Amino acid sequence: MEKKPSIAADTELRPSAAPFFRDPAKRAIIFQVVALLLVALVSYYLYANTQANLERQSIATGFGFLDKEASFEIGESVIEYSAADSYAKALLAGALNTIKVSFVGVVLTLFLGTFVGIARLSSNWLVAKLAAGYIEVMQNIPVLLQLFFWYAIFYESFPSPRQALNPVGGVFLCNRGLIFGVPEAHAAHGMMLWAFVAALAIGWGLHRWGASRQARTGQIFPAAWVTLGFCIMLPLLVWVFAGAPTAMDIPELRGFNFVGGVTVSPEFSALLLGLVFYTAAFVAEIVRAGIQSVGRGQVEAAMAVGLRPGQVLHLVILPQALRVIIPPLTSQMLNLTKNSSLAIAIGYADFVAVTNTTINQTGQAIEGVALIMIVYLFFSLSTSLFMNVYNKKTAMVER
Amino acid sequence: MSDATITPPREFLKPPVTEVGVLGWLHSNLFNNWYNSLLTILVLLALWQVVPPFFSWTFIDSVWNTPAEVCRDIDGACWSIIPKNISFILFGFFPDGQQWRPGLAMVLLVGLVVFSADRKRWKKSLGVYWLINLVVMGTLMYGGVFGMPVVETSQWSGLPLTFMLSLFGMVAAYPFGVFLALGRRSKMPAIKTLCVIYIEMIRGVPLISLLFMSSVMFPLFLPEGVTINTVLRAQLAIILFTAAYIAEVVRGGLQAMPRGQFEAADSLGLNYNQTMRLIILPQALKIVIPPSLGILLSAFKDTSLVVIISLYDVLKTTKVTLSNPKWTGYSTEAYIFLAVLYFVCCYAMSSYSRRLEKELHTGR
Repeated sequence: MEKKPSIAADTELRPSAAPFFRDPAKRAIIFQVVALLLVALVSYYLYANTQANLERQSIATGFGFLDKEASFEIGESVIEYSAADSYAKALLAGALNTIKVSFVGVVLTLFLGTFVGIARLSSNWLVAKLAAGYIEVMQNIPVLLQLFFWYAIFYESFPSPRQALNPVGGVFLCNRGLIFGVPEAHAAHGMMLWAFVAALAIGWGLHRWGASRQARTGQIFPAAWVTLGFCIMLPLLVWVFAGAPTAMDIPELRGFNFVGGVTVSPEFSALLLGLVFYTAAFVAEIVRAGIQSVGRGQVEAAMAVGLRPGQVLHLVILPQALRVIIPPLTSQMLNLTKNSSLAIAIGYADFVAVTNTTINQTGQAIEGVALIMIVYLFFSLSTSLFMNVYNKKTAMVER
Repeated sequence: MSDATITPPREFLKPPVTEVGVLGWLHSNLFNNWYNSLLTILVLLALWQVVPPFFSWTFIDSVWNTPAEVCRDIDGACWSIIPKNISFILFGFFPDGQQWRPGLAMVLLVGLVVFSADRKRWKKSLGVYWLINLVVMGTLMYGGVFGMPVVETSQWSGLPLTFMLSLFGMVAAYPFGVFLALGRRSKMPAIKTLCVIYIEMIRGVPLISLLFMSSVMFPLFLPEGVTINTVLRAQLAIILFTAAYIAEVVRGGLQAMPRGQFEAADSLGLNYNQTMRLIILPQALKIVIPPSLGILLSAFKDTSLVVIISLYDVLKTTKVTLSNPKWTGYSTEAYIFLAVLYFVCCYAMSSYSRRLEKELHTGR
């Protein structure tokens, strides 16, 4: 006998309101509130301890110390700095030193890394194996050890200024660093720099115009070559019109050291060498992977439609390889910047080293560490901002 | 068929000598066109300038186990600095006469690592071996039983410290990193924000700033009277640092999981914990084994940074040796020795990781 479901049974089957701990939405809220509370509690606990400790050691909090006199010297500085200046200025000098070594390091690393990466793919067995050996050795030795190594080379293996090595005229290599001659300061140099910037601006305009003309008419405009011409010719013209100053500031040995010229300190050189050789190994692997990521079919197809080898590289291989190369490359550049903080171990006055001295003198540990973190976070966040923009611009348009 | 009878017995033509054997190899790999030939000659010339002097410096004019005074009179490398100071470089301040203990512990560790390298041995029993080994190693290092005098952690230095900081840094950071990765993929905004802030902040700053934090800031965080020794604080900093990088690697694995896996788990009625524990994590973590080894590798290299906060890892003990007036001036030799030591460890790890990547790449 068939039983008809009664109305009573029907209501029983209808889902009743679940208790709140079985409702995923409500549970999620409770979970998050608990997590936030925990974080707040731990923070408060640490904060309270810190306050108590600071009071006991009578350390003032806040950034008031920045205005006080630093009273320590900095080995080398981009800006004028003396021990009588404030901590703020000392920190600025340190930050500029970090930027200096990172910038030079990034430029050199890009060149060396690209070179080694291409050499790794060379059809010449010897060159390819040497590049592979370089990559393996450099990647597998801690960068700090490499820094110590280069620093020791400068201090132990290079002669004193009196016996300085003199590989090329006007260039000296000794345990005081690398010293070389530069053109004497002249008003023309500033103007030449502006001419160079103007040439770049013109080049950018030409590139835009050339691209739009190519889109309209199909005619190709060699913007890169024209820009290169402008970049060389404009500063050269300015130089000639300014009277072609050729006076050089050549270093000279007086007493125990060199006078004149530009000195690159052993600290800076060791830091630069270590960072560049280490990071270039990683860049080389990235470049190799990027080039190999472009399928052979792409090259064959480009050749089949009649592009010249230069065009194949410029129009087909590079745009695709760069999409693979750029993201890991920027993170390597960022690594180089972060690793430049190892400067402290060999006595180059970068931001971390100066902050460390400041912490030791003032006892403002929290503010000091916070400053270090803020400065490096600024670098990395601006880099990832750039990366996001780049990724959006070059993202592959898929069907 | 009459042709066959006319033709004289055929002699098989051998390929030209320039295409086979040593000559053939040279031709196709070094001298296949004028450009490569030029390159080869230039590189060989450069090598000729560099290699023979280096070789004679290293092997011919060098001394291997002499007192420091002998080194002053020779042109070559003074490798004597290594054997004469080896026990301090490797074991630092571990008391004399007791150094067989860290030595044995290192041998056990390396032995177990080699034993674990074979994937056939990846079973539950391996975890047990590791636990037993860790206890044995800890006992050997700390002592206090079987007549071994107690050696405080502050005296642990040299190679054991390097291994300890990197290995424990990795092991302790892994679960934390997995939680961070799950948190970052969570749908709960508060959890997600907390994890993103943590990961991005740690990844944005250099390790040295965290080590500073551990050495100068951390003592301020603790209530009065409570202190934690420097080694543990540095260990904590390395754990916190490594966790953020592990989180990103694990996130990569999680993102590689196809949606179907989640949907299948949902349709089976599994809840979040079960889905993650039984379906997602086992697959995702398998994918990320090779990159995780990469993180262990960089953690191993990065532990050398503890030099800066004056911890006596193997790099610092070497520097201390070099500051001894007797041995000052032989940095190159000492650093080359260390470089070889690091290189052997790191190269073994990185080539193992590459092999594993190939083996585990089972395709989909």
